[in-house]
Amino acid sequence: MINASLKELSAALADKRISSVELTQLYLDRIARLNPDLNAYVTVDAARSLAAAQAADARRAAGNAHALTGVPLAQKDIFCAEGWRTTCGSKMLETFVSPYDAHVVTRLEKDAGMVSLGKTNMDEFAMGSSNETSYYGPVQNPWDRSRVPGGSSGGSAAAVAARMAPIATGTDTGGSIRQPAALCNLTGLKPTYGVVSRWGMIAFASSLDQAGPMGKSAEDCALLLSAMAGFDPKDSTSLDRPVEDYARDLEQPLAGLKIGLPKEFFADGMNADVAQAVEAAIAEYRKLGAEIVEVSLPNMKLSVPAYYVIAPAEASSNLSRFDGVRYGHRAAEYTDLTSLYKNSRAEGFGAEVKRRILIGTYVLSHGYYDAYYLQAQKVRRLIAQDFAAAFAQCDVILGPTSPDVAFRAGEKAADPVQMYLSDIYTIAVNLAGLPGMSLPCGFAQRDGKRLPVGLQLIGDYFSEARLLNVAHQYQRATDWHQQMPEGL
Amino acid sequence: MQWEVVIGLETHAQLSTVSKIFSGSSTAFGAEPNTQAAAIDLALPGVLPVLNRKAVECAIRFGLAVGAEVSPRSVFARKNYFYPDLPKGYQISQFELPVVVGGNLVLQVGQGENAYEKTVRLTRAHLEEDAGKSLHEDFHGKTGIDLNRAGTPLLEIVSEPDMRSSAEAVAYAKTLHALVRWIGICDGNMQEGSFRCDANVSVRPKGQEAFGTRREIKNLNSFRFLQQAIDYEVRWQIETLEDGGKIEQATVLFDPDTGETRAMRSKEDAQDYRYFPDPDLLPLVISDAWKAEVKATMPELPGEKRARLEAEYGLSAYDAATLTASLEVADYFDAALAALGAAGKAQAKTVANWVMGELSARLNKDGREIGDSPVSAAQLAGLVARIGDNTISNAIAKKVFEALWNGDGQSADEVIDKQGLKQITDSGAIEKLVDEVLAANPGNVAEYKAGKEKAFNALVGQVMKAAKGKANPQQVNDLLKAKLAG
Repeated sequence: MINASLKELSAALADKRISSVELTQLYLDRIARLNPDLNAYVTVDAARSLAAAQAADARRAAGNAHALTGVPLAQKDIFCAEGWRTTCGSKMLETFVSPYDAHVVTRLEKDAGMVSLGKTNMDEFAMGSSNETSYYGPVQNPWDRSRVPGGSSGGSAAAVAARMAPIATGTDTGGSIRQPAALCNLTGLKPTYGVVSRWGMIAFASSLDQAGPMGKSAEDCALLLSAMAGFDPKDSTSLDRPVEDYARDLEQPLAGLKIGLPKEFFADGMNADVAQAVEAAIAEYRKLGAEIVEVSLPNMKLSVPAYYVIAPAEASSNLSRFDGVRYGHRAAEYTDLTSLYKNSRAEGFGAEVKRRILIGTYVLSHGYYDAYYLQAQKVRRLIAQDFAAAFAQCDVILGPTSPDVAFRAGEKAADPVQMYLSDIYTIAVNLAGLPGMSLPCGFAQRDGKRLPVGLQLIGDYFSEARLLNVAHQYQRATDWHQQMPEGL
Repeated sequence: MQWEVVIGLETHAQLSTVSKIFSGSSTAFGAEPNTQAAAIDLALPGVLPVLNRKAVECAIRFGLAVGAEVSPRSVFARKNYFYPDLPKGYQISQFELPVVVGGNLVLQVGQGENAYEKTVRLTRAHLEEDAGKSLHEDFHGKTGIDLNRAGTPLLEIVSEPDMRSSAEAVAYAKTLHALVRWIGICDGNMQEGSFRCDANVSVRPKGQEAFGTRREIKNLNSFRFLQQAIDYEVRWQIETLEDGGKIEQATVLFDPDTGETRAMRSKEDAQDYRYFPDPDLLPLVISDAWKAEVKATMPELPGEKRARLEAEYGLSAYDAATLTASLEVADYFDAALAALGAAGKAQAKTVANWVMGELSARLNKDGREIGDSPVSAAQLAGLVARIGDNTISNAIAKKVFEALWNGDGQSADEVIDKQGLKQITDSGAIEKLVDEVLAANPGNVAEYKAGKEKAFNALVGQVMKAAKGKANPQQVNDLLKAKLAG
């Protein structure tokens, strides 16, 4: 059952072979057993989950169920969920219980009737690539407990990889769905900016943040995305487009598909065995009938520096609301307004968040704005133009998700620039607002352990269904995505 | 040395929308603290702003009313600073690309003989949200925060530094105040803070082209304070300069109790607001079609109406300006003319005189607004009609007006009838009175014949007195003249 696809779970629930309460209990038991070590969830509320499962069973019995009604999922703790503590990985929100639901929560839990198993761990305010910046402690990678699961959606990745949830939500600002998916052998999709509403999703960098599914297969991701996406008038950047069935093209053959390989992705920096796995995947796509062409993204190298101007700039402003006045952490000791702010924020935020607030404040300051923020916005446009030119020559772009497999906990924590470079292949996609996904494409050996390698597919705007099709066809031909960590 | 004063105003007009600029919360004034502050207004984690279409329409109305360019594309920006009544830690405003650019406001400065017209250029007007309120009293050394006002839509209207005296600044503020009410975008309630001004004031030696260093007087919420604050500030700046001092750029507050301004912060500790485009909001795009749609709902503007009153009714420029100084006065005048029907056009000047004279004086005396005048426009029209057809004289009309004001009658006709105020126009009756007065006042007659004009007036007065004011004054005049000449 724990390896079942969403489709299989849906069928089992529909056929009454299992109830949502039983299924939920099964996962809650696994969470109780595995989570104390893995630390993938920061909040579990069995009673609440079981009550939701009961309601889902009733809905199924009443005959007005959605395909996913009663299917459990893990929610990244960045989504506000009414009645649930919502921490965003920060001490700042340690006691914050949301009075309202994020749009994603409404869609998945209320409209589709899915059952939340709990809130997953994450880098603080989604700032990190290893889940080590979480106030609630690091998350272990189920493939090697001494390694990181990636970030910022590391808790969601570890939860699904360890089968503590059949599927999870994540958010991706610079790779936070795709990189942990790669490091934990999952399939994850970051949709086109504006496809999933950001209402109730705690903002890191508003112009880059986008929620998406993290699951065991492209097919599962397609089903979850279909239930998550859609226009939301409460988010002004949400796109008013017709509702899509993202699974509609899964079975399309790939003959005639043009896959572009950006030469900049394959220049250097990629680890040899990661490169090998990616090359093997390219060969597999050839067999499936795809044509491989070389493309170029000449401004790719500017994506990390541009991102580390724009994202912190927006974050510095987005995080100003955490001031200890209305909710969230307030320092016990203060003498005046300024010390209330200073002490509350000094205590409530971790080091990485502070670093980014400082960077963001700096680049927006008078006299620096033109040199940093405006320049970065120009780079952003150039990167989008690069992609547009590339998509004139190919249907999807293929490359690695991450330059290396999961690194050791603590290995990069002291060197922020090294940490930032682990998102070197994913960041440009957010800057351009394009959809991108990661899927398992093999393993590399490290210290006698098998560690997953992720393959990244990038599509043109609104090509999610096509990307999922390209991933699904690969997953029909390979079994990388079906492998699971040992000892669980 | 001769000094020239230079003033520019920044005005915050609270827009008359039902809900806030980026949330669905009510904007009604006076509710219990924090009862009109929902998730967005509280800046809970994860909330997002959605622009209120009505607020944009208000900005379009304003742009059209002042002949400005309504930007086809404008951008909301975040103004970042920390304050407890600013829940997000930033204010959503517009910075580099405002919704309204340019425009003019034509003012009538001064009264009567000294009145002159002045055109003040507008720099821009932009949409933004208001902050909440910090309540420093009643919390025993702590500060209370009321977020009901947070997110209330404001239009900040910025003038060029075109004004040269506090009188011009006040005329500008009054004209602007009347305009925003006229076009229905702001209730103009200054006590509730719906309309407040910041004044940038500097002085320079007359003839010098470069501006002096300015100081900004914040948050003036009455025309009187605006005048007092500028007058004080100008005196202070001139004295400082004449004493060999220098003006430092600063933000100052006006204290109505002392009538003085004092510096709140200097340029050195001016905040860096780190403006940048708000990524939560798309650029505001206003199509020509939308502009046209709004334009179709615009009332006749004060300037247009003024020109029409002059052309159609032959009113003087001053009268036309006075009657269009506020929407309420203009509406009252229009309603009175409408009640007069076909006779309206001929009586327009008389109506104008009554509105600007007796009615205005009486309203002032009782501290009332024309909107709640005890004498309605229809009642005044009835009164003017009776003056027009010689039923009553002007002097009697004042009596009738007073009676209507006090509620002693539903209409002028009723008052005239009840109090027997109908004018005597029977020349036989008047002649009899004239003869009696001439016979009884030989002294005045002799004086008049000796060339003393005043004596004639005394005789007229005697006749009117004998007629209890009801004799037709023109007939009395004519008859007296004829008899005295004979």
